[in-house]
Amino acid sequence: MSARLAQKIAFTILLLATLLVVLPVIFILGIIVAKGASAISWEFLFSMPRDGMTAGGIFPAVLGTLYLVLGAVLFAVPLGVLAAVYLVEYSSDNWFSRLVKLAIVNLAGVPSVVYGLFGLGIFVTFFRFGASILSGSLTLGIMILPVIITSAREALESVPRHFRTVSLSLGASRWQTIRHSVLPHALPGILTGMILGLGRAAGETAPILFTVAAFYLPRLPQSVFDQTMALPYHLYVISTQVPGIAENVRYGTALVLLTLVLLLNLAAIVLRSRFRRKKKW
Amino acid sequence: MSMSGIAIATQRLDLFYGDFQALTAVDLQVPEREVTALIGPSGCGKSTLLRVFNRMNDLIDGVRVSGQVLIGGKDIYAVDADLLRLREKVGMVFQRPNPFPLSVFENITFGLAVHQLAPRREYDMIVEKALRSVLLWDDLKDKLQRSALGLSLEQQQRLCIARVLPLKPQVLLMDEPCSALDPIATLHIEELMQKLKQEYTIVIVTHNMQQAARASDRTGFMYLGKLVEFGLTAKIFTQPAQELTENYISGRFG
Ligand SMILES: Nc1ncnc2c1ncn2[C@@H]1O[C@H](COP(=O)(O)OP(=O)(O)OP(=O)(O)O)[C@@H](O)[C@H]1O
Ligand SMILES: [Mg+2]
Repeated sequence: MSARLAQKIAFTILLLATLLVVLPVIFILGIIVAKGASAISWEFLFSMPRDGMTAGGIFPAVLGTLYLVLGAVLFAVPLGVLAAVYLVEYSSDNWFSRLVKLAIVNLAGVPSVVYGLFGLGIFVTFFRFGASILSGSLTLGIMILPVIITSAREALESVPRHFRTVSLSLGASRWQTIRHSVLPHALPGILTGMILGLGRAAGETAPILFTVAAFYLPRLPQSVFDQTMALPYHLYVISTQVPGIAENVRYGTALVLLTLVLLLNLAAIVLRSRFRRKKKW
Repeated sequence: MSMSGIAIATQRLDLFYGDFQALTAVDLQVPEREVTALIGPSGCGKSTLLRVFNRMNDLIDGVRVSGQVLIGGKDIYAVDADLLRLREKVGMVFQRPNPFPLSVFENITFGLAVHQLAPRREYDMIVEKALRSVLLWDDLKDKLQRSALGLSLEQQQRLCIARVLPLKPQVLLMDEPCSALDPIATLHIEELMQKLKQEYTIVIVTHNMQQAARASDRTGFMYLGKLVEFGLTAKIFTQPAQELTENYISGRFG
């Protein structure tokens, strides 16, 4: 077999494998768009649900999801970045830092329903936040912490050593060095992790099930201690719990959720490539 | 500075990396406003000795230093020594040109900002002065906001020298500053050192014997962590006192 033929075969196999990955995604998207697009309207996006969710819009769920995601990020990003800074810049390779790293890896593999139960136990019951945006955000925040810490760690580790050396050699303190010579250059990676976390937090149902999500609440939350509707749970409810909901409403809701998550991921990709073009070391 | 025109003085300086002794009983006196070259075969401890002077060795786990190191008459390893201030006053230029991926301007003001040495309105003036000192002003005066990574290697290395000048250092440490540069650029940096030594004490590590001979006033020859011989460059290169030194500079090993 000639080298060229071998290359052709290998190339074809790779192409097929890629198609195999992409096709289902396109298929799912296609179905959702085909069946759901007709439901999308200004009213659908921005009005309250009516008549036991069979009519009206999904605005409280959209807004609720945005609140939850925002809350999760406000909680998880500062905490995650600080943890990553500690692990990369301060801790030496001792049993404690190894334990923390191991914990983070394991946390990433915990099923989301376990986070839900954890949130119920800690935030709803123990801290008495009740089923509320606060509890839900914190639960989602904890769920996305591993993603954020891991990507922040990788981002920090990819900042060349000599940035730190030079900065310290100019008499900058350790913290000044991190603040001015390391963090700015790790920002794209940190942002990417943040947006991946955003996407995950927006899409998960189980963590918000017991901690915040309302079955049917046709008004907007007034404070962080209020319950709220949220898109993933709303989708679950109208798909399985309430009979007589038009198909295009169900798929329309899915389309909104999917678009939200895809937009967030797209933002991550754009940000990353923007920053990548700028960095040249 | 200190009484006798000595910028750096070490006494019975030992340094260990864990169990490995990298410097043994180094006694060295570096005069002010001269270029002092450190030469010797690879691994003899030149970089280690240089990093003693701004305590960059402190960053390495398991380093132990004993003996005394005076810079400007002050014991830099004293318990109450101010590490950040030491590094402000003892600047370092590295082997590979390593500007930050920032603009030319920001590279030069980095140290100023860190030490809050001057109000922002003086930055323009200080940047110009620093660039003039390294003879870059005419080339770069219209490119101050460009990324420093777009400069030629020689320009980058000059910029790295300019970056430490706003801190008004007393000593400039240079660890093989020309090893990434071509011969012409190397000569330019050597000329620059002659100019800078009117204001600063310079200690340079080099593998290039001609460079030591051309550019330095005094030379120290190191071998296996010991300072074998130290003296006027002219004397070291013509009538070394030690046979080891003679063997090294005549190229019989190294
Ligand atoms: N971080 C470190 N940990 C352990 N040993 C080290 C470390 N850095 C240097 N050494 C050892 O200390 C000795 C001196 O190293 P140093 O880098 O000072 O030599 P050098 O004279 O600068 O060599 P070169 O000319 O190759 O740059 C070497 O034997 C080296 O292996
Ligand atoms: Mg060296």
